[in-house]
Amino acid sequence: MKDVELKMLERAKALLESGEVARVIGWKKGDFCHDPSPASFESVEELDSFVYDYFCGANLSKYLIQMSKKEGKTAVFLKPCDSYSFNQLVKEHRIKRENVYVIAVECLGKLDIEKIKAKGVSFVTGVEVQDKEVKVTTPYGEEVLSKPDVVLTKCATCNKTHQVKDEEIILHERPERDVNRFEEVEKLEAMTEDERFAYWRAQLSKCIRCNACRNVCPACSCVKCVFDNPASGIAAKANDDKFEEQLFHIIRAFHVAGRCTDCGECSRVCPQNIPLHLLNRKFIKDIDGLYGEYQAGETDEGKTPLTSYTEGDAEPNDVFKGEAK
Amino acid sequence: MQEVTTEKKEFTPNIVAFCCNWCSYAGADLAGSSRLTYPANVKIIRVPCSCRVNPTFVLKAFQQGADGVILCGCHPGDCHYVTGNYYTRRRMALLYSFLNYMGIEKERTRVEWVSAAEGARFSAVMNDFVAQVTALGENKRLTDLRVKEGE
Repeated sequence: MKDVELKMLERAKALLESGEVARVIGWKKGDFCHDPSPASFESVEELDSFVYDYFCGANLSKYLIQMSKKEGKTAVFLKPCDSYSFNQLVKEHRIKRENVYVIAVECLGKLDIEKIKAKGVSFVTGVEVQDKEVKVTTPYGEEVLSKPDVVLTKCATCNKTHQVKDEEIILHERPERDVNRFEEVEKLEAMTEDERFAYWRAQLSKCIRCNACRNVCPACSCVKCVFDNPASGIAAKANDDKFEEQLFHIIRAFHVAGRCTDCGECSRVCPQNIPLHLLNRKFIKDIDGLYGEYQAGETDEGKTPLTSYTEGDAEPNDVFKGEAK
Repeated sequence: MQEVTTEKKEFTPNIVAFCCNWCSYAGADLAGSSRLTYPANVKIIRVPCSCRVNPTFVLKAFQQGADGVILCGCHPGDCHYVTGNYYTRRRMALLYSFLNYMGIEKERTRVEWVSAAEGARFSAVMNDFVAQVTALGENKRLTDLRVKEGE
């Protein structure tokens, strides 16, 4: 990863120096080794704090909605999963494509600090990844963890490859993996209605309506959001068992149905660890099953499943009785 | 002296029916003028097209105490706006399947295509749906508890 970071830094410097781009969007060092945050770099000096490591899980594509409207070009580093969101936003005319200089970077799966902490390893000062092993350095010595155990949930079932016509690519070869991202959805589907209700009620009642899932979601980019209406009566800010959380999450999932690229940011940022990606994946699974395989963000043109139709579509009554498949 | 009954009050469900202006609402009208009966607890909300029904409408109906929600529109291919109900079909298929995934009983939601000439069908569909929801009982999962507190 260090060699990739150096290459990225080199490119960012060259682009800024030549004046080809006015700013570079990347990741900035945080207070700890495990909390880099997205940042915009406008000069070579600012690049001192540039970082790209195993904790750079954030999806940078959403920042381009604002940044691509500024004067001058914006260079951006996109991981494979970010490139889908990028395409989707270009398709929706939210990003000015001609103002963006895309540099594709390799990912290899990012780590989740919460999962590392859950393994009983705290005060992490550095990590080194070798194949399936993660060597974690702490003041108390080194610990070796298995990588599949500590990657972000979104990375665990990721099989994404770059989908943008990139200006350039800094990428290593990545082996195809045999993963089924719908495994957990299928598990839920196999439960009874009562069990499912109990499961979601337990999960969603943890919600504190911080709106982080909405704010981070590249598909949730409406200028005026339906949930920003104070008269809607859905602005509770406490752990709640009421209907509001369900309404919020059902509507949010529905609003991104057919546009969600399954980038998994919603689950990554949730402070309450609600598996929000399982809501979106249900829609993706249904759309795949009923209207043909569809991956949002694979291209930057064409129609989405919910803005198109065929005359022979399945009837809703058959679908939710499970008879249409 | 008044007899004290220990029997529970019979449950009559609240049903919200979204009917499109051009077919199903006219179908309901025909059912009425043909003297066909359907339960009085079906509350019809007229919408310009079945496609006008936003998922929030369905959820709000449940929140405000509906026990079942049925959506009626023109038969696919007969939409007054040509393609509206094709979109409805996809949307509602996904929404209802999703509600079931969240643990909401699938019998509480339904989509039916009823044309303006199908008064008899409208009445039959409503009778059937009300019977189905009555058998299921009260909607407890999607109701906002505060709505019911005042009762």
